[in-house]
Amino acid sequence: MSKKLRVATTSLAGCFGCHMSILDIDERLFPLLELIEFDRSPLTDIKHCGPCDIGLVEGGVCNAENVHVLHEFRKNCKILIAIGACAINGGLPAQRNHLDLGSCLTEVYLTEPGLLHGHIPNDPELPLPLDKVHPLHEVVKIDYFIPGCPPSADAIWKFLTDLIAGKTPELGHGLIKYD
Amino acid sequence: MKETFLLDGSTIPFEPGQTVMQAALAAGHYIPHLCYHPEFKPHGSCKLCTVKINGRTVASCTMPAEAGLQVESGIEELNALRRSLVQMLFAEGNHFCPSCEKSGNCVLQALGYDLEVHATGFRHLYPDRPLDASHPDILLDFNRCILCELCVRASSEVDGKNVFALSGRGITKHLIVNAESGKLSDTNISLTDKAMQVCPVGVILPKRVGFSVPIGERRYDQRPISAQALDDAPRQIHTSGSCSTCEDAP
Repeated sequence: MSKKLRVATTSLAGCFGCHMSILDIDERLFPLLELIEFDRSPLTDIKHCGPCDIGLVEGGVCNAENVHVLHEFRKNCKILIAIGACAINGGLPAQRNHLDLGSCLTEVYLTEPGLLHGHIPNDPELPLPLDKVHPLHEVVKIDYFIPGCPPSADAIWKFLTDLIAGKTPELGHGLIKYD
Repeated sequence: MKETFLLDGSTIPFEPGQTVMQAALAAGHYIPHLCYHPEFKPHGSCKLCTVKINGRTVASCTMPAEAGLQVESGIEELNALRRSLVQMLFAEGNHFCPSCEKSGNCVLQALGYDLEVHATGFRHLYPDRPLDASHPDILLDFNRCILCELCVRASSEVDGKNVFALSGRGITKHLIVNAESGKLSDTNISLTDKAMQVCPVGVILPKRVGFSVPIGERRYDQRPISAQALDDAPRQIHTSGSCSTCEDAP
């Protein structure tokens, strides 16, 4: 059999719901693992991405670290896939985009009722938030998009198996969902 | 014998006075559309129904059927343009499907599904248009308006109330409520109005029923809009005023 395809996955400004949906392909993970092996991913805990065939990125870009990770994925992955609503259009985190970031931070950390000694977190280890949340394709070139919040396990399975088989991935009625 | 034209190679019979869209739907041929509604005068604004006739692009909902026309609709060139139109509508409003109670019943979303629109492609505007929750039974979320004017047409032509209108031009064009306060509670709109039933997206919403039909069991969850629209079309051409007919239908 030919060499296994190397697949990296990550969640940026996402909720890991799309990763849960990847796991939700259940026992089909076994035949899938005959064809692929995971590189950087929350499933392997590998911290940095090596050369890969496919990268799956969940979540949009909301802070400086997201930008670095996304560039690392683009640099290393031959095919980069945006998975889920947040990666494709910013999703829930982007619902702050019409608000001023400063006033968001002030409200959450300083003026919200019940805060005793509130302060805006400023630990140097914390990545700086961007003023807007961006879909992935505004930052790097994205080759494919799997919509859904999250995409169903069946949609992910169909998309990946089409791609691995060398076909143009198609979802079709019932698998293409924006919600 | 009825006169006919050709749509993607199929012979379509038509009655005098019918548009290309009306004749196509009546003959069981779907042309994607958004602002067209069988019960209202064609508006011709969304351009989703654009077809090619003798090499020229025209809106099929406003184009009168003529004998011998050669109409192209289901070609990749037009579907690519339709995808861009859907993408632009998504980018211009705040169409956040995961939090919208219209999801599954939304015509814009269903068209996106049917045309296999996987991504939005354009830079989103993320507008911030305040909601109008002033009415006890009805909520307005202007962030999802696609300016199809179906509610404007329904309210003035069927309900005789003239509750809605469009104001402004170009990118600042927006839906308004015809009341001095601008609030829906200061109009005589009611839940049974036609204007309540025609919004293709999630702008005009009856309160307290949002999730009475669960996600996954909704109109376009069952069948793609291309199949659903054909079921609706011939019947709706002959109905007007009340929507009980469509609600009772299978």
